[in-house]
Amino acid sequence: MKQFNRNTLIILSLGIILILTIIVSFWIGRYPIYTNELMGILFSKLIPIEPFWAAKIETVLFNVRLPRIALACLVGCCLSAAGAAYQGVFQNPMAAPDILGASAGAAFGAALAILHYSSSFMITISAFGFSLLTVALVYLISKKAKGKNILALILSGIMISSLFSAGTSFIKLIADPNDQLPAITYWLMGSLNGAKISEVTFVLIPMALGLIPLLLLRWRMNVLTMGDDEARTMGVNSNQIRLIVIICATLVTAASVSVSGMIGWVGLVIPHLTRKLVGNNFNHLMPATMLFGAIFLLLVDDVSRNLFTTEIPLGILTAFIGAPFFIYLITRTEEIY
Amino acid sequence: MSIEVANLSFSYGDRLILKHVSFSAQKNQLLSILGANGVGKSTLFRCMLGLQKGYSGQIRLHGKNLNTMSIMDIAKSVAYIPQSHYPSFNYSVFDMVLMGTTHQVSVISRPGKKQLQLVEQALERLGISHLKKRGYTQISGGERQLVLMARALVQKAKILILDEPTANLDYGNQIRVLNQMKSLAQEGYTIIQSTHNPDQTFLFSDTVMAMKDGEITAWGQPGDIFTEELIRNLYAAEVTINSLYDDRVRVCIPKCAI
Repeated sequence: MKQFNRNTLIILSLGIILILTIIVSFWIGRYPIYTNELMGILFSKLIPIEPFWAAKIETVLFNVRLPRIALACLVGCCLSAAGAAYQGVFQNPMAAPDILGASAGAAFGAALAILHYSSSFMITISAFGFSLLTVALVYLISKKAKGKNILALILSGIMISSLFSAGTSFIKLIADPNDQLPAITYWLMGSLNGAKISEVTFVLIPMALGLIPLLLLRWRMNVLTMGDDEARTMGVNSNQIRLIVIICATLVTAASVSVSGMIGWVGLVIPHLTRKLVGNNFNHLMPATMLFGAIFLLLVDDVSRNLFTTEIPLGILTAFIGAPFFIYLITRTEEIY
Repeated sequence: MSIEVANLSFSYGDRLILKHVSFSAQKNQLLSILGANGVGKSTLFRCMLGLQKGYSGQIRLHGKNLNTMSIMDIAKSVAYIPQSHYPSFNYSVFDMVLMGTTHQVSVISRPGKKQLQLVEQALERLGISHLKKRGYTQISGGERQLVLMARALVQKAKILILDEPTANLDYGNQIRVLNQMKSLAQEGYTIIQSTHNPDQTFLFSDTVMAMKDGEITAWGQPGDIFTEELIRNLYAAEVTINSLYDDRVRVCIPKCAI
């Protein structure tokens, strides 16, 4: 049972690292919020505490820092969980959260909303809606296809993705090059800039609805990686479990990209880095990858908002940091058992 | 009667794969199914495992109609042991075997202490405890086959269906796997395997079923049906069959080799 203890220890450590990263993330920024101030402000909502902090700090905390940190953690957690889940149920290590068109759909929805000069909240809702719609379309088309249903799903995912990408390109073509086009382009690069508490509450429900079943079903996902027939002979209704996992993973992906824009790499790289840490068993992989994803995106977002005076979009940074780190790991470490 | 196949027919489109197949197997029986590639052995297995629907006739597990049973119930009665393969993701041998216990826990929970203990016992039983922390894809083909057998044992199903368990194994591993199958049959399991090796069939099984073109062409104890005629009929190969040790062993030798 040494293996069990080792992996549990890794998951606990990831949890502690996440908490520390969150605390440090409050410190950094133009207006640092130190831990005593953070605790003071938060507890003052429950019990009366004489403010020892500047009023400005409280505004920064609730309007800027807190929503941003919360979204970075949630989006990182969701994208990695969705990536790991898709990899498992498609028995494909190269699967990523955008495999069924969730990202392409969200991009189209966001571009369409920007074209109509919508508010940032409407952009989020439009992106979320189109993301779900796209995956639903992919699923329905794959049901019509003859033959192997996993392959049909992936192929229709690719097709519908490219269709919606073309749609996004067309919107860019007709968009006003002075304000709309840059807004669309910037949205597509992925950023948590301007995160609001209303966005956090909007995505929290679909994220919870998706993440909890993914955690609960994680042992069954192991059996699915053996292939449909084998899973069924072991008593697992593979089609049913796969459908539930796909719905949950899509829900959290759609919620994530609707607030963050296109953030590549996290959903592919973080599950694999976690596999190197705790192995392929979803029992440990799923919680570990959720924590790891949250830590990673929070750190990257800290860099994104603090490195230069203008923000570097997250999508660019995740690739710049993620890709070399991934190459280092696949060339240096062996699989752990 | 552990498993009973009655008048089973199946076709893909207008191509008839299985034609009125009827047989049964019980406790302690080791049934070997012989037949050339493509005679319908795999389809027969898929039907018996509840993976293939749309057949005519009936399959009964312990008297119950397979069609009326849930995936979960079938898994409690029949376990499938595929040919040793490479899954997309590498699992430790221990986790691999643990997957067999899945139907014993609810959908939203994970195997507990009782299941972990079952795995330890099964690994011990098959003599592969030393492998439990190794990666499944890093062990030999014979070891992988034993791991898949252990996975079937923890599933607690009493009928084991093996798809060419000794294919792709080296000679020593073939003997070890067959020996385990034989002793499992003696312990009360019903074992049904497909194979391409007539000599082994004679040595290790107590019943042989020969299939050709989706039909059963011979059924019985190896000593009764094992003839040069049968091999010629099944495989279109000319052999001489030699009897050794007072007919406790029969060996096929291709005529062209002598």
